[in-house]
Parts: sequence; C-alpha cells; structure tokens
Amino acid sequence: MSDIYQDFIMEIYQNPLNAGRIDDAKYKAHSHNPLCGDNIELFIKTNSDGKITDIKYYGKGCAISQVSASLVTEHLKGKTIDQAKKMKKEDVLKLIKIDLSKNPSRMKCALLILDVLGKTVGKD
Amino acid sequence: MNTDKIKKDFRILSRKINGKKVTYLDNAATTQRPKQVIEAMTEFYDEYNANIHRGVYKFSEEATEHYEGAREKVAEFIGASEQEIVFTRNATEAINLVAYAWGEENITKGDKIVISIMEHHSNFVPWQQLAARKKAKLEIIDIKDDYELNESQFEKIAGAKLIAISHVSNAIGTINDVDEICKIAKETGAISLVDGAQSVPHMKTDVKRMDCDFLAFSGHKMLGPTGIGMMYGKQDMLEKMKPFLFGGDMIREVHVDRSEWNNLPYKFEAGTPNIAGAIGLGAAVDYLSRIGMSEIRKHEMKLTKYAVKRLSEIDDVKQYGTTDFSKRAGIASFNMKGIHPHDIASLLDECGVAIRSGHHCAMPLHTRLGLDSSNRASFYIYNDETDVDRLIGALEYAKKTFGAIL
Repeated sequence: MSDIYQDFIMEIYQNPLNAGRIDDAKYKAHSHNPLCGDNIELFIKTNSDGKITDIKYYGKGCAISQVSASLVTEHLKGKTIDQAKKMKKEDVLKLIKIDLSKNPSRMKCALLILDVLGKTVGKD
Repeated sequence: MNTDKIKKDFRILSRKINGKKVTYLDNAATTQRPKQVIEAMTEFYDEYNANIHRGVYKFSEEATEHYEGAREKVAEFIGASEQEIVFTRNATEAINLVAYAWGEENITKGDKIVISIMEHHSNFVPWQQLAARKKAKLEIIDIKDDYELNESQFEKIAGAKLIAISHVSNAIGTINDVDEICKIAKETGAISLVDGAQSVPHMKTDVKRMDCDFLAFSGHKMLGPTGIGMMYGKQDMLEKMKPFLFGGDMIREVHVDRSEWNNLPYKFEAGTPNIAGAIGLGAAVDYLSRIGMSEIRKHEMKLTKYAVKRLSEIDDVKQYGTTDFSKRAGIASFNMKGIHPHDIASLLDECGVAIRSGHHCAMPLHTRLGLDSSNRASFYIYNDETDVDRLIGALEYAKKTFGAIL
C-alpha cells in the first residue's frame, strides 16, 4: 500500500471535482510547473458579495496536482475572495491529508493550485 | 564486465531506500562516485591541501602536481594535449565559455548558428541568447520518426558560423554522427562544438578523429565529483580567443593600465579552481580507463537492449528512442498510458528504484515529440539486468496502484 497513493487520492483522481472551464469567469489565471511541465488554469465566478459561486480548474498533470486542485476548489466553493486570498500552504496540505514532508518535489505538485490561486485572486 | 565487483566500490549503492536495496537509474543526470574518487579527494584535504601554481612549499607543489596530473589524464582520455583542456564548473559553463569568449567576438548580425532539436537546454539556450544579442539566425536540425537526426537537414550547416551539437541525446539516447557533422562543418567553414556530456562517460572519445573545434563535458556524469567540467578546444582556436573571466592565475603581467594573459589553458582559468574536484576527476578517469571504454559501451548496449525488450513486454508502455542499438546510448525513455511520469517516479521510489521524470532539460525535444514529460532510466557501469528487472517489477506495481482506474 502506497503512502502517497492512498485509496481516497486514487478515487478523486478518477473522479475529479470541479474540472473544466468557466467561460464568463470573473477571475482567471494559469500556472506552470517547470519541473514536470504541468499547467493548471483556474476560473472563479463570484456574486455581488464577493462570494465564490462557481470555481473550476483545467489542466493535466500528475495525480497529486489534480487531486490537490480538486480538493482546494471544492473547499473554496461558497467562500469569499478575501478568504481565498488567505489560503496558505498548510491549508492545502490539511485538505489533501497525505504526508509529503519527505517529498519536497512532490510538494510542488500539491501546491501548484495554490500558486495559480494566488495569480487568480492575489495574495494577502 | 563484473558489475558485482564494481558495485562494491560504490558504498552508496548498499543503502536501503524504503527498506529496499536501491536501484539507481538516473545516471544521465549524475552518476555515483566510487570510493577511489572519494578517497582521492579526502587525501588531498587531509594530506596536501594548498592553493596551486603559487606556493613554493611542499603542500602547494603536491597540490599543483595532482591538479595538473588530472588535466594530463583527461587529455589522454580524449586524445588531446594538456593545454587544450580547460577546467570549468560543468559542461554548461564550458558551453557558455565558448558562447561568450568565441561567440561575442565572432558572431555578428545575420550570421547563422545551427543546433539540433534534441539539445539539452545547456546547448540550446546559450546559442538562442547569443543569436538574440547579435541578431543572428538560429537554425535547428530536426529529428525523424526513428528519433535520429534528419541528415537531409545537415545542409543547414553550409554558410553557418557555428554548429553546436550533442554527441548523445540526454533524453532519448540517440548517438549522433558527430564525425560526419564536424567534417561537414570543416568543409563549409563552420566552427563545431560537440556537447559530450552524455558520450564521454560512456564511450571512447577521440577528439582528433572527431575533429571538433570544441568539446564540452562534465565530471559528475563520469564518476567524478560535482563542480568540475571540462572544455576541450583546439589549440589554435583557444590561442585566438580572448579570456572569458578575468582575475588571478589567468594573467602573466598586470600593470595599472593593461594586462597580459597567461598561457593556455590558464588564460581561461581565473581564480582558484576546484582543486579537489579535478583530483577526484583524475581518479574517476583512472577508474574508467581500468575498465576500458569499449567494455563500458558494450555493457551498456547489452543492458539497453534488454531494458527496451522488457519494457516492450508491458502493455501501455510507449518508448522513445531508436531501435538501432549501434546508435543508442544507455538511455531508456518511455511513458505509461494514463499515469503521469511524476506519479510513476514516486511509486518507483517506494520500491527503491530511482529514475528521472519530467522533460530532462530538453523541452524543445519534448514539444517536438508532442509530450509534456517522460520517464527516463539511464544506465552505467554498476547497473545490470537485475536492476532492469527491479525497474520492471516497480512499473508493474505502479500499474497495479493505478490499475483500478485504467
């Protein structure tokens, strides 16, 4: 049994959450991981209160980056842009649950979505 | 070749990863060092550490003797003379040295520089940037479907000022016919630079036969330490070139208003060099010479053939590289359908198998092949069929882990 590729990771990889594009997104940006060539685009729609009403990511990449993108976008649904701006590395790692402390290069895969989020909404 | 005996010289290979014996298959990135290399460097620090070329005391005389001894060994190893071997940090710095010291003086607007699509970024970006600085043209020789260079495009060399070409592709292992390319360059008046980072460690190199103007290679890819690389340059080319870096040791006389440069190769070695690195490299050259480069080439060819055959037995594996093994170095690149190379490399790591995943610093080639990334296993003297079997076993494990969703 793999420490990283646990069942719930494989399950989300198989059934990604919030994959796709939003044509009329208010916020969008993309980020690139030079290590593996992975690319993620992020699309966010908000209502007049700044609440996230729809969020989608589009891209191909390894299981870690895809699952992380799924979980982070799911987490941000219904949150405000200000809350999205406050999202940190620790929050992402808490969401994906797997321990990547001994795999710093894979940590970059998990955090690619955070990088694109920062580019999309800005950082606090 | 007795790989069991060789393995014993590499203490690192007895280390366990995740409770399993390590199978190191990332030799195209860097090789391991045998105890003979590590001991030669320790001996320098423990017994005669001093700066070179200056001191008249015992330590310094010994350090100079060993440092220059390493240069002699390297020169003999590739069929050059000592004054034609310049020590650098790595192959990248060697190529940049030529791009600046030769390129800045000789490339002007409208000139043509030729490279190939399979170049490592280190033999791609320096020329791309030189061309941009000088408004010169950069032309690129493509590959064919068989992963070999398209010879019909060798005509691009005509009228070029410089052709810079890798002897062996670090990503797909193709061995290019550099003898032919340098011959065409000579006939058409182009300067030739060969990137030997992936060839010098693995096969007999003879710069006289190759007849290149420059050859860049790296110590850490041939059992030597990191931080030591080499640039071979034909003596008359090096004589004509201005220094790349200025400072101590590269000068003969310094006056308030002018300086005179030192003889070759010191003109290109400003400042205190990597003395321990050169000494370690000298020991690495001795180690390789004892085995014999043709033996090494034979061993790697056999192992690569075996790896390609075993990989072809796994469903959903797509391999990249020529199947003419006389033109293929010890590199097996592949992708597995539905599993990202980074996931494969992580799962292989769980099995103690170290391979490379990504674009291997060859993004233009990956783009040309329509790939974002690939997996690469690369072999050396301590690898054997057992290592290939472990690789295959680990790939089966990766497939099983992802199996439910494929």
